[in-house]
Amino acid sequence: MTGERGMTGAAETRPILETSGLGKTFGGARRLLGGRAPTVQAVRDVTLSVAPGETLGIVGESGCGKSTLARMLVGLVPPSQGRITLEGKTLGEATKAGPRAFGRTIQYVFQDPASALNPRKTIRRILEAPLVHLLEADAPARERRVAELMDLVSLRPEFLERYPHEFSGGQAQRIGIARALAAEPRILVLDEPVSALDVSIQAQVLNLLSDLRARLGLTYLFISHDLAVVEAIAERVAVMYFGRVVETGPVEDVFRAPRHPYTRLLLSSAPTIGARAAAADAPQAELPDPTRPPPGCAFAGRCPNVRDDCRTSPPPLVPMGPGRAAACIHPLPADDADVPA
Amino acid sequence: MKPAAAPAPVEAPVDALDAPPRKRERRSFLRLLLRNRLAGVGLVVLSAIVAVAILAPILPLADPNATAPANRLLPPLTPGHLLGTDELGRDLLSRLVWGTRLSLSMGVAATLVAALVGSTIGLVAGYAGGRLDNALMRSIDMLMAFPYILLALAIVAVLGPGLLNALYAVAVVNIPFFARNIRGVTVGLAHKDFVESARLAGMGHGRILVSEILPNVMPVIVITMSTTVGWMILETAGLSFLGLGSQPPQADLGSILGEGRKVMLTAPHVTTIAGVTIFLVVMSINLVGDGVRDALDPRLSAGALARPSAVTRIARPKSEGADAAAAPTGDHALAVRRLSTRFEIGARVLRAVEDVSFTIRRGECLGLVGESGSGKSVTALSLLGLVPSPPGVIRSGRVWRAGEDVLSLPREKLRALRGGRVSYIFQDPLGTLHPLFSVGDQLVEAIRAHRPASHAEAWTQAVALLERVRIPAAADRAEALPHELSGGMRQRVAIAMALANEPDLIIADEPTTALDVTVQAQILALLDELRREHGLALLFITHDFGVVSQLCDRVAVMYAGRIVEEGPTAEVLAAPAHPYTRRLIACVPILGSGRRALDAIPGLPPAVDALPDGCAFAPRCPRATGACREGEIPPISVADGRAARCLYAGEVMREAREGSAA
Amino acid sequence: MHLYIAKRVAALVPILFGLTLIVFFIMALIPGDPALAILGAYATPDNVARLNAQLGLDQPLPVQYVTWLTNLLQGDLGRSYSLNRPVLDEVLERFSATAILAGAALVLCTIFGLLAGIVSAVRQYGLADKAVTLAVLVGISMPSFWLGLLLILLFAVELRWLPASGMYAIYGGGDLPDLLRHLILPAVTLAAVATGVVARLTRSAMLEVLRQDYIRTARAKGLPERRVIYVHAFKAALVSIIPVIGIQAGFVLGGAVYIETVFQWPGIGRMLVQAISTRDILLVQGGVLVVAASYVLINLLVDVLQSLVDPRVKT
Repeated sequence: MTGERGMTGAAETRPILETSGLGKTFGGARRLLGGRAPTVQAVRDVTLSVAPGETLGIVGESGCGKSTLARMLVGLVPPSQGRITLEGKTLGEATKAGPRAFGRTIQYVFQDPASALNPRKTIRRILEAPLVHLLEADAPARERRVAELMDLVSLRPEFLERYPHEFSGGQAQRIGIARALAAEPRILVLDEPVSALDVSIQAQVLNLLSDLRARLGLTYLFISHDLAVVEAIAERVAVMYFGRVVETGPVEDVFRAPRHPYTRLLLSSAPTIGARAAAADAPQAELPDPTRPPPGCAFAGRCPNVRDDCRTSPPPLVPMGPGRAAACIHPLPADDADVPA
Repeated sequence: MKPAAAPAPVEAPVDALDAPPRKRERRSFLRLLLRNRLAGVGLVVLSAIVAVAILAPILPLADPNATAPANRLLPPLTPGHLLGTDELGRDLLSRLVWGTRLSLSMGVAATLVAALVGSTIGLVAGYAGGRLDNALMRSIDMLMAFPYILLALAIVAVLGPGLLNALYAVAVVNIPFFARNIRGVTVGLAHKDFVESARLAGMGHGRILVSEILPNVMPVIVITMSTTVGWMILETAGLSFLGLGSQPPQADLGSILGEGRKVMLTAPHVTTIAGVTIFLVVMSINLVGDGVRDALDPRLSAGALARPSAVTRIARPKSEGADAAAAPTGDHALAVRRLSTRFEIGARVLRAVEDVSFTIRRGECLGLVGESGSGKSVTALSLLGLVPSPPGVIRSGRVWRAGEDVLSLPREKLRALRGGRVSYIFQDPLGTLHPLFSVGDQLVEAIRAHRPASHAEAWTQAVALLERVRIPAAADRAEALPHELSGGMRQRVAIAMALANEPDLIIADEPTTALDVTVQAQILALLDELRREHGLALLFITHDFGVVSQLCDRVAVMYAGRIVEEGPTAEVLAAPAHPYTRRLIACVPILGSGRRALDAIPGLPPAVDALPDGCAFAPRCPRATGACREGEIPPISVADGRAARCLYAGEVMREAREGSAA
Repeated sequence: MHLYIAKRVAALVPILFGLTLIVFFIMALIPGDPALAILGAYATPDNVARLNAQLGLDQPLPVQYVTWLTNLLQGDLGRSYSLNRPVLDEVLERFSATAILAGAALVLCTIFGLLAGIVSAVRQYGLADKAVTLAVLVGISMPSFWLGLLLILLFAVELRWLPASGMYAIYGGGDLPDLLRHLILPAVTLAAVATGVVARLTRSAMLEVLRQDYIRTARAKGLPERRVIYVHAFKAALVSIIPVIGIQAGFVLGGAVYIETVFQWPGIGRMLVQAISTRDILLVQGGVLVVAASYVLINLLVDVLQSLVDPRVKT
């Protein structure tokens, strides 16, 4: 690990995090009376790369696999296929490398701050756990680091002896962020970090995250269902649907002129101030049955541009313009400059 | 502490860099326990019994096993033998004290053994999951295939009668009870985020089990122990009563009772004394056990289990201001005047809704916007008396509809109004539809509660309603249970139910918050279309300005239980007149504005049980002056149909219009 | 529905097989030589060896088990040495007496437990609720064997309303009214604890359900309060009440041991206690097996009942 760290200085443009062909299949266990339980492929063939210091937004609706992807990246869920490369070091190649192997480089911030903190531990003990187990720091070093962390997330040091239930949602999320930062990771996976918070508090936490990224040179994977939040914080975005990445590219470009029809649907569904409600697509349009995925494009059933060849095999993610890619055989025109409202 | 179903009026979600965490009174366990008065009584009785049992060796008692045939079966209150003697002339008082000592220690020992073994099995099975869990729990199921006491008998049959063997038998039959309880709790905890964050902190499985999960399971173990120890004393006593437990001359309470049975007709005092003692021991333990459960299980405390009544308690002052008491004129679907709803929990009074007035015109959509804890949902529920009481009370105000005050209607007329002329759509369609009835049946019920129709007629109408909310294959879907439908489909069912009796007002409480954006867009479009088609008025409660802007003609913004601003949607959004509205709109990231820092509101909303004087937003407001912090601030009209509770409303609105300090 | 029942019945096979294994091996673990116990004073080494061979006890345990199981499947549970009659005959005769007693107690505890629980939930904190809570507390803290003695003293000895013991009157008994007269006291005693448990659980299940959002929906759509409580809430509460009634079936089957002893009821519990003290292993084995098997069947019924109330469990 130390050798790798030494090299990063020389090759700073090299991705800090890469995944290739990453997939996760749940279920399929053998049953008592023969046969197998149905399998669900939650994530399929995800290939991503993230540059140091970058924020990659991952957007999608519930059931699209974004949380499973996030959990694989930090080692909470072992991948079924593919591999994860962290700072040039490959992990998780169908291995059982647990979070210990990941913890010093990549950490995770949970959606619900209240449930991510053990109700029976003081804030100090919560913050010390990674210092003890990942860094094996001694008592004075821990004391110093804990004080530093509280300062980083702008909480008063005397809160350290309090218990989680005494804090509001926004404060608890700050503690969650401090815990994630304790072992000085270089990457944070933020899984819907503000969606459990009210808007006024959401803004505080988003601003804190931007600030921390600048100060500590962090890399973020920011997972959210809220396109506006992703737009405010991320440089690049990956749109997920039914376990696959269907479109990636710089946030501005993708949101201004989406190439995948699903991205366009998402953009037009987001309620925006000043627009009238309009039926976005047919009501029967729902996700396909995950235990019996369709042979072709999973979005075909809802797609206004669907043609026969969409239903034969899943379309691969192909490059479309500078830094962009979309998994669509009949993409929207590149010059479609206006997002339909 | 939360009143059921009320949207968190106790803790408004607060945040601030500097705000200290809300200090909560840390009450001692004993005080919590003694809040249950019966538990207090139990504790006193139990302490006395335990003290006597512990002190038995040093108390001036006769030898419990010294026989004296000459003194057999003396009645109670005989000099020298306070409780009399048994058929061998042994002193009953002494035997009773020593027997109690034995019974208590047997029960406690059996409980400890069962708790230790059962909890370990439960913890390991629940945390490990998979095959180990399966194997362990199948074995436990096998034990449970035997009727409880029968298994104890079989074990005693194997080991032979005797005190220790009875103890083992009782402990073994109680292991499944602990294992199942503890496993259930552990399974729930094993996938909690805080356990995963412990893994991310590099902790191993053993350490996580001991230092993360066990402390959270401990209360359940203690509750289970305190509620089973009484049982175990009864069971060991029972085995001794049958002659399978303690063997002569040693005697626990069960064997004293068993021996006394032989002379029951001539000397009933022996069985009576032993029976009463067992009863007192077990009952005091059960009382304390219930107290322990209530003290450790916060769900049960503070009357959280209180049954909400059919209609909110209404306790309004006899004379109210003329503006509330007179029926408003004009063409309205509903007019609310000076409504105040409070949650009264003991001495605490949470002012969830305070002095709220608004009017919904016919066919109009009014948006009620606010953050969680602002009182918007409580307002919606108050309109037809659906706030759970206890602890909710409507303390003042009128809800006018068709010249009548809805809150003064007799129950039957109020019932007819609910789901009739005025209907509701709630947030989470899985929790708000009955899980065991088909959606068709639930629609049929809604129809037949308001007009006479046969089941078949109503069913046809139900299917037609489902078609009207564009549910494909409506006739088939009507047979489905709620959990068999997707979230979007369930919300369509809820809308169909709201439409069932051709209402003229629908109150929709965050109906799309639980849904994905694409589904939300569909539902909003459907609501909008239906509303226009039928000329319905709509009260739409949400936290999302985007949704309000798409759907609502007018908007009212709530903060800390009050409406702070009201007006036509487009105007309010373009130029808010209250600083809170303005800052709240600025917080919301808007699609299409690129990467940027967002405006945030510093400070935290006040707790609704400790509202400051004057404007509740003043502590967070950059414009606040001394005048803002005293006295009631009434709504101030700033334009036609617009008002805001701000002393500087006019200025705020002008500034916003001019676009200064964006 | 039929598929679900078929599946549940199929799942019984391994459970029943497991039961036979446990029962057989528990009994095989019993220390001491059964032949010694049987022969008593006549035990010479020769006699003991001959008897052991005759009983098959000189074979290895698995072989003994297979033999025992084969016999079992043919309805042969061996011969009780203390009673000198086939175990199966004795066990079935005794079991029918227990089934009458336990069945009556189960019916009583279900009816009164549900009623008391509902009344107490609907009138929460009212007089009825307090009375029920107190009665429940007394019920579950009362040793049933002492309660039985008290009832005998009161209703049989003092008031002479009901017989103190037995199942039928020795002279001129044997008809149904006679059985019922004998049944009242033991059934009530046996049901006391279980009624308390059912009432307590019904109360808390009803209160829990009445706080659910779908109850608010039911009220919001204008259903009469009667329908909200007795249809919507009660049906949902049944989902947690039914399994507890199943557990009570186990309690009354087991608890019958005490009651049968106190009331001299000729049931299987009293038989077991006697068999344990005389170390009549085959009789204990047969008795335990039959009671356990009947409990397994009761649990099957409970599961089927549960699936009728809650269609979600079928999947």
